[in-house]
Amino acid sequence: MADSTGRFGVGGVHFGSPSRRQLFQLGAGAAAGLTLPGHAFAQSERPSNPPEKPRGQVIAALSQEPTVFHPLMPGIEVDQGVWWQVFSLLWYIDPAGNFVPDLAREIPTIENGGLSADGLTWKIKLRSDVKWHDGTPFTADDVKFSLELINDSNFRARSRVGHSLVKDIKVVAADEIHWRMEAPYSPYMSILGSLTFIVPKHILEKVSDPNASPFHNAPVGTGPFRWGERVPGDHILLNAHTGYHGKGPYVERVVFKYIPDLTVLYTQFRTGQVDYTGLQGILPNFVQEAKTLKGRKIVVSSTSSVEHIAPNLEFGPFADRAVREALYLAINKQAIIDALYYGLPTQTESFVPQQAWSSQQGLPQHKYDPAKANALLDAAGWVRGAGGVREKGGVKLEFTNSTTSGNAAREQTQQLLIQDWRAIGAAMRVNNMPAAVIWGEFWQQSKFNSVIVGVNFMLGSDPDVTPRFGSGAIPAKGGRGYNTYQYQSAEADRLLAQGAKQFDLAQRKTTYGELQKLIRNDLAILPLFQGFIAEGVKEGLQGFRPNINTSINCWNIREWYWA
Amino acid sequence: MARYVVNRLAQAIMLLVIVSAIGFAILHLAPGGPLSQFAVSGQMTQEDLDRVTKQLGLDRPLPVQYLDWFGRMLKGDWGRSYRDGEAVLSVISSHLGATLELMATATIIAVLLGCWIGILGALRRYSLFDTLATVGAMIALSIPTFWFGLVTIYVFSVKLGWLPAGNRHTIGDGSFLDLLHHLIAPAMVLALVETAMWGRFMRSSMLEVINQDYIRTARAKGMPEWRILTVHALRNALLPMITVAGLQFPTLLGGALVAETVFTWPGMGRLFLDSIGYRDYPVVMGILMFSATMVLIGSLLADILYAVVDPRIRVG
Repeated sequence: MADSTGRFGVGGVHFGSPSRRQLFQLGAGAAAGLTLPGHAFAQSERPSNPPEKPRGQVIAALSQEPTVFHPLMPGIEVDQGVWWQVFSLLWYIDPAGNFVPDLAREIPTIENGGLSADGLTWKIKLRSDVKWHDGTPFTADDVKFSLELINDSNFRARSRVGHSLVKDIKVVAADEIHWRMEAPYSPYMSILGSLTFIVPKHILEKVSDPNASPFHNAPVGTGPFRWGERVPGDHILLNAHTGYHGKGPYVERVVFKYIPDLTVLYTQFRTGQVDYTGLQGILPNFVQEAKTLKGRKIVVSSTSSVEHIAPNLEFGPFADRAVREALYLAINKQAIIDALYYGLPTQTESFVPQQAWSSQQGLPQHKYDPAKANALLDAAGWVRGAGGVREKGGVKLEFTNSTTSGNAAREQTQQLLIQDWRAIGAAMRVNNMPAAVIWGEFWQQSKFNSVIVGVNFMLGSDPDVTPRFGSGAIPAKGGRGYNTYQYQSAEADRLLAQGAKQFDLAQRKTTYGELQKLIRNDLAILPLFQGFIAEGVKEGLQGFRPNINTSINCWNIREWYWA
Repeated sequence: MARYVVNRLAQAIMLLVIVSAIGFAILHLAPGGPLSQFAVSGQMTQEDLDRVTKQLGLDRPLPVQYLDWFGRMLKGDWGRSYRDGEAVLSVISSHLGATLELMATATIIAVLLGCWIGILGALRRYSLFDTLATVGAMIALSIPTFWFGLVTIYVFSVKLGWLPAGNRHTIGDGSFLDLLHHLIAPAMVLALVETAMWGRFMRSSMLEVINQDYIRTARAKGMPEWRILTVHALRNALLPMITVAGLQFPTLLGGALVAETVFTWPGMGRLFLDSIGYRDYPVVMGILMFSATMVLIGSLLADILYAVVDPRIRVG
């Protein structure tokens, strides 16, 4: 449950603690700054605290181009990098998993009356000192407008999960808003705190088409940075919003530089043309070398994404749990991690990241044991037939495995899997496709046998996986979620329904712990490892804090400064 | 001449309609779609995907979508990008300048250098220069542009530090010199194959001309060698090059696509690649139609120019 300080998660609230380094360093960052016009950080003295006024600029390199600037429309992770700078949320989730008030004055809890005991009434108190970038005051009307826009049938909203339950929105005062939920839904705290950025009513209510307006390419928000310019295919420039209501920003400008090729991106980081390598970071094969670069810091951090083998549970052999367990036992996971990912990721057994409050400890640990896998299949009646491939009741233990073509590490993983599984009499064939193909109908309508994929199962920081594992969320069976595994379990459904109604954190932890045990036991997915990202930061750039509760680690550029 | 031009124009328009229909069909029949990228990121449920699909009109039959697109295109409305909601023509024009810059610079380098190498090679046939030029051209034509780009970056940016490792300009510096500095490496890479091609074509063309009877006659009449070369040989040798120039657009565009990716050059080639990856149908169709139009115009201009220079072909 949320505690009296308004924390809904666990752990303490940690704002960007500034580095206390007093050392005067002339690193490559400053050296590069001397050659790059506009780099005000190339100064002779380095402050150890954030500067009084924004100073210098940050060039953040991204391997995908941000193109969606309306934060309520369909966008991908890279677009969020811009949204976090231009817009604000009611509250956000810090790296420790705490909800931190942003546009809201406090986090609504049952104790402070923000939430009714049954979870149906929400009362949000808002800050009254916030202004939009054009100087217009931010009010509760903006929040009402944003929530209503999401549910507007003409608007191409990204998702209405949770939002569709919101009814009877009432603006009580300029700084207070109430609404009623059609049903209790605790994950809504996370949904509001992760991607529900508030948009300006005074601008968007005037546009004739909510899906295409000048706002879409020159957004106005309440965030730490104002829209500057966009050169399509090249970069986006944002300027510091000096009237920002929170801490920072401490740099004058942020430039998101689009560099599609990861080798080129790394090279530009190496030569000092960019200050930070964001999404998708530095390729694993460059990480060791990158760590030796002078004037550069390499931060390897975990992400919420879980790399796993997704079995289609309705496909012949995979319907047998013994087969899934045998296949899992026969995977030499550590060899994959060490040989193909340079030992950077960590093994996992759950769909919940290990850093999350809801992570269940003590799940059965994977062990590479081909002998046990063989014995398991023998006992389950899968006998070796022609060519050493097992079969049972006329069904052969052979299947395809698909992943995004061109993803070298995953393609190499498939080669190791072929060898591992051949040893236990399972025949796997590769059937890879381009991203736009594999994640289309093939994935959505469960037309695959098995897939290697990385999925972030969390809703912000919430472990509600109803859309992923709920029986009613199978698209191939007319469901509304993305349970492409076709996993069906009455017990899982019960736990999911229970968890979504609970507002007490301890109770929720128990519920989702049980769910993790169940999913692990059923092997609805065969987890390989928890995702990771290696990001490069120029020495002297302070404030970078990976946040597992966001999809992009440049979420807090407002706290960054040059030291 | 007017009838010839009108005929060619009619053919070109027919070709454009065929290209648009085939392009539209291939693009839309390819598996996946513009919303595939959201299916795995987990921000949108199947219900959300279905709703947006309907809002975009992608659930309609393909012929209906094509006719709708074609009708609007004829009125000058090329649609809006699915990615950023911008008008397609605006998206294309925002990338066009960068590509033209790169292609024009590479073409100038290739034409000047290629013609010089070709002429000299023809005049000094089987000499050391000619042999080196031939071997060099073979190597240049065999080197993958992507690899050459990366090597260029490694040598000139990483090791020597002479040239920037990419980008069109330094952020905040819009000066011509800065642009030129950034242009050298990608233009050099793009010009490599072009130079080799121009060199080979020029050499063949020149060889054919200098072995003609009228050149021998000119020499026999005692005309100075420089005059034979410039007035008689060069003018005639350059004639077939008009066709080469007219048909170079697709090759250049293909090369630009790779060079733009390696050097993070914000041009049309990269836009095309990105748009295909995202299944941004309106932009892909826009670029396809634009490129097809450019190729047809190039070809048409080459033919007209050829007809102007050599009146004999008008008869054919």
